Amino acid sequence: MGSEVGSVVELAKNKRNLRRQNTIQKFGYALVWLCGSLAIAAVFWIVGYVLSEGFQVIDLEFLTTRPAGGVSGEGGMSTTIVTTLYLVVLTIVLATPLGIGAAIYLVEYAADASRESKIIEFLIRASRTGVEILAGVPSIIFGLFGFALFVSYLKLGFSLLSASLSGAALVLPMIIRTSEEALLTVPRSYREGSLSLGATKWYTIFNVVLPSAMPGIVTGIVLSVGRIIAETAIFWVTLGGSYHLPKSIMNSGRSMALHVYSLASETRAFDKAMGTAAILIIMIILLNLAINILSRRLTNRLTGRK
Amino acid sequence: MTDRYNHYKFEVESLEVNYGDFRALKDINLQIKANAITSIIGPSGCGKSTFLRAFNRMNDLIPNVTTNGKISKDENDICKMNIVNLRKSVGMIFQQPNPFPKSIFDNVAFGPRAHGLKSMTELEGIVERSLRQSVLWDEVKDDLTKSALALSGGQQQRLCIARALAVEPDVLLMDEPASALDPISTLRIEELLQELKKDFTILIVTHNMQQAARSSDFTAFFNMDKDRAGYLVECGETSKVFTYPEKKLTEDYISGRFG
Repeated sequence: MGSEVGSVVELAKNKRNLRRQNTIQKFGYALVWLCGSLAIAAVFWIVGYVLSEGFQVIDLEFLTTRPAGGVSGEGGMSTTIVTTLYLVVLTIVLATPLGIGAAIYLVEYAADASRESKIIEFLIRASRTGVEILAGVPSIIFGLFGFALFVSYLKLGFSLLSASLSGAALVLPMIIRTSEEALLTVPRSYREGSLSLGATKWYTIFNVVLPSAMPGIVTGIVLSVGRIIAETAIFWVTLGGSYHLPKSIMNSGRSMALHVYSLASETRAFDKAMGTAAILIIMIILLNLAINILSRRLTNRLTGRK
Repeated sequence: MTDRYNHYKFEVESLEVNYGDFRALKDINLQIKANAITSIIGPSGCGKSTFLRAFNRMNDLIPNVTTNGKISKDENDICKMNIVNLRKSVGMIFQQPNPFPKSIFDNVAFGPRAHGLKSMTELEGIVERSLRQSVLWDEVKDDLTKSALALSGGQQQRLCIARALAVEPDVLLMDEPASALDPISTLRIEELLQELKKDFTILIVTHNMQQAARSSDFTAFFNMDKDRAGYLVECGETSKVFTYPEKKLTEDYISGRFG
């Protein structure tokens, strides 16, 4: 009989435990729900505020006239859109081949090379750590480096070229890291399949490994584009701030983010800064949508889903 | 032995493979008949796959692997052959079907293209011939641009066979080619092997005793010693190895007493 009483007590205890765990579950759920909605609300509030303020000044004229300078911030933002485009294209053209090449070396060749000599092994490990550290360095440091090297020492002046070179240095770590990760996810069986057919390592890398890693690599590139559109400090000290349209890569210019900064800090035209910021945000949102669509398409094509 | 088979495709002399300090294979001496199927059986970890990968020097890709001894293919030392030519003439099929994430056509055309063939009409001819040889043509002929990854597992494996055949090898190495497939796909692969052995020398690693017994002409039985190094126990005609094995160990293994 004693055991029966014991089991009843046990049962009650279990029930109490169960109820307590349920309460904890609900409390935890409420907590993470609150965190999530607060974070999302903050984002929507910022974007909504900028867009609603910005759209009060945005019209066709604002988009198509060039800024006129001055303390009152006359004019529109046309040249800054084009300059941003120039800057993005030039930077990506400089950074992408270098970044992908470095990633290919690190993934496909570094292991063999580091077995051959201790010095190379050390250098490879140092460069890996270097990439990690550079990815976290504030952009103004890259700006100062670019100013010292490209603008002053190489006498390129404040120009699209100086800015793109510095910008390339800024996004290079990100491109290397995302490409490296993308290459590492390519199954070894693809490489073996290609090599077993008598294809060379080089042919294998270019025709099997790189195409399979493309969705990841593209994501890295598009993230870099976003970064270049958004960065201000680095271009302030390398691109200068001329609101004229650059006629060559040796001319100074002004990207949208720079324009927002100068309007807000040096003129009374805070509303126009908001307008430019709104366009900037819209471009970044569109870019993110484009990444999603593009990488989904690429992945679908690779995996054969239609 | 009958003299149905005209000559030896491979001669293996005191082959030894080490992974760093670990000896995976020791003192293997063996001859592989041309235009026959030789199956390699043995318990897990006895170096069957390592042995197979020695024939197209895929072991060279693994760091710290050293290979001693000699393998001759048609009386040429494979270590002295150009590795591209060796791998062209010795095709390999892996355990997991590994088609590239490309179209069916591009998968089969991959090898010829890698060796510099550009002419589209020639490529089309090769793709059709190879897919017919691997008995996949009728299933995919209307859909060659479809991604290879959309095929079923058995179809993918036959595609990989077609891909290997496209570079016109004379040997096929197969590392448990049916172990990831369902019984019906397995049967189709086995039927295919019987077709292929007219033109190819086939080496097949298998865990499946019945498969070895019903589809191979010769069987090599591997085991490992107390240091886990693989060695050849015996090799002979399949019918003989499975009915009157020379060694007690072989008998124990094929009757399921260990392994």
